[in-house]
Amino acid sequence: MSTIIPDVIDHLAGIRPGSSLDRLRDQRPQARENAQKSYLALFQPEFPGDVTPLDRYAVATFVAGLHRQPHVAEFYAADLKTLGSPEIAATLASEIARGATEGPYGRYPRGPLTIEDVEGPDYRISEDHKDRLGVRLAAAFEHAHLLVLHPRDASPAALQKLLDAGWSTTDIVTLSQLVSFLSFQIRVVAGLRALAGASAVETADAKFPQIFTGVLASGAV
Amino acid sequence: MTETTLSHPDNREPTAFTQDELGWLPWLEPFPVEELTERHWSGLVDVSRAKSPYFLLLARDPDVLQARTKTDKDIFYNTSNGLPRAERELAATATSRANGCIFCASVHSRFATQYSKRRADVQRILDEGVETDIDRRWNAIIEASVALTNTPIAFDHRQVAALRAAGLDDLEIVDVVNGAAFFNWANRLMLSLGEPTPPAKAQLV
Repeated sequence: MSTIIPDVIDHLAGIRPGSSLDRLRDQRPQARENAQKSYLALFQPEFPGDVTPLDRYAVATFVAGLHRQPHVAEFYAADLKTLGSPEIAATLASEIARGATEGPYGRYPRGPLTIEDVEGPDYRISEDHKDRLGVRLAAAFEHAHLLVLHPRDASPAALQKLLDAGWSTTDIVTLSQLVSFLSFQIRVVAGLRALAGASAVETADAKFPQIFTGVLASGAV
Repeated sequence: MTETTLSHPDNREPTAFTQDELGWLPWLEPFPVEELTERHWSGLVDVSRAKSPYFLLLARDPDVLQARTKTDKDIFYNTSNGLPRAERELAATATSRANGCIFCASVHSRFATQYSKRRADVQRILDEGVETDIDRRWNAIIEASVALTNTPIAFDHRQVAALRAAGLDDLEIVDVVNGAAFFNWANRLMLSLGEPTPPAKAQLV
């Protein structure tokens, strides 16, 4: 598949070896190593079950798109293209545009929290695209949208739709982990990028000694 | 094999955020304990987790579960340096409150109280929501966690500046980011694969 990337979060956040963020991440070595192992277990699984590489990369591209993180979406879309499904890219772009909204919204069990209920769309893939992607992948997209944007609306009925579309119980666990892991990975990347950006601004403001200017010039934040 | 979801018609789902100890019922069949292999046990990490329907359900994909659990433990339990445990739990609580995960919020608000000894402040986050005004440092951690939880992600240099102004160094900010980001993983699993049950004492009523 893609060229060997030793650490996908570093890659997506633009963290260079030896940079200050690299050293900070090293303070949580197990978290760093196992975030990467989670990625590998989801995208290069030893035991994939019936969840295909196409399923995994298509859902990942959709999830990153819903988060409006184009560089992450492009990262997963690149692998999707190597799977030989060029037409899927256009379908995905159109569904991301249809599904993108602000979250988290959703309802609470009826009671004192009901006043905090926030209405939002119940995304359904277009009929056209459902035919193109197949009922199985279409159901995965609809579930991914629920998990990304309004997870508190989850229900047994939502899982039943996946079962009806051909997902086994075990494959639903894998799909749920995939979407939930990406919700983590994308936020770590965004958080680290914001920290690097803030440091760059602060460093420039403070006219810090050359060492930091050098780091900035090399882009190795 | 035809598979179906599990339903719990007699369960009275909690309708408010609480620091009480809740239970959790799965909507899909957990992996059968008697069929656990070496690979599943490795995925569970701690033997005691085989008693939990949540972890037994996740054990259906044991490699992901193992990596998830080890990520979780380092983010929250590695306190040799960085953010105090209480404030990592605060990030987990604020994230769970924002996403609406009553179960996750119950567990991690209890931990936040245990490590901070500030039960009333923690309870205010549960009762009043993430907009509540606690103090500068907690407000900054709560606001950063919520900004990172929103979609599209709203966390940027402003939250970083507020965290710094509240006294957090960059490693502590990474701990906030990791803690809030991790609960965006955990909340989605907990919310979408089952439902919470009332505290044991309320079930007796």
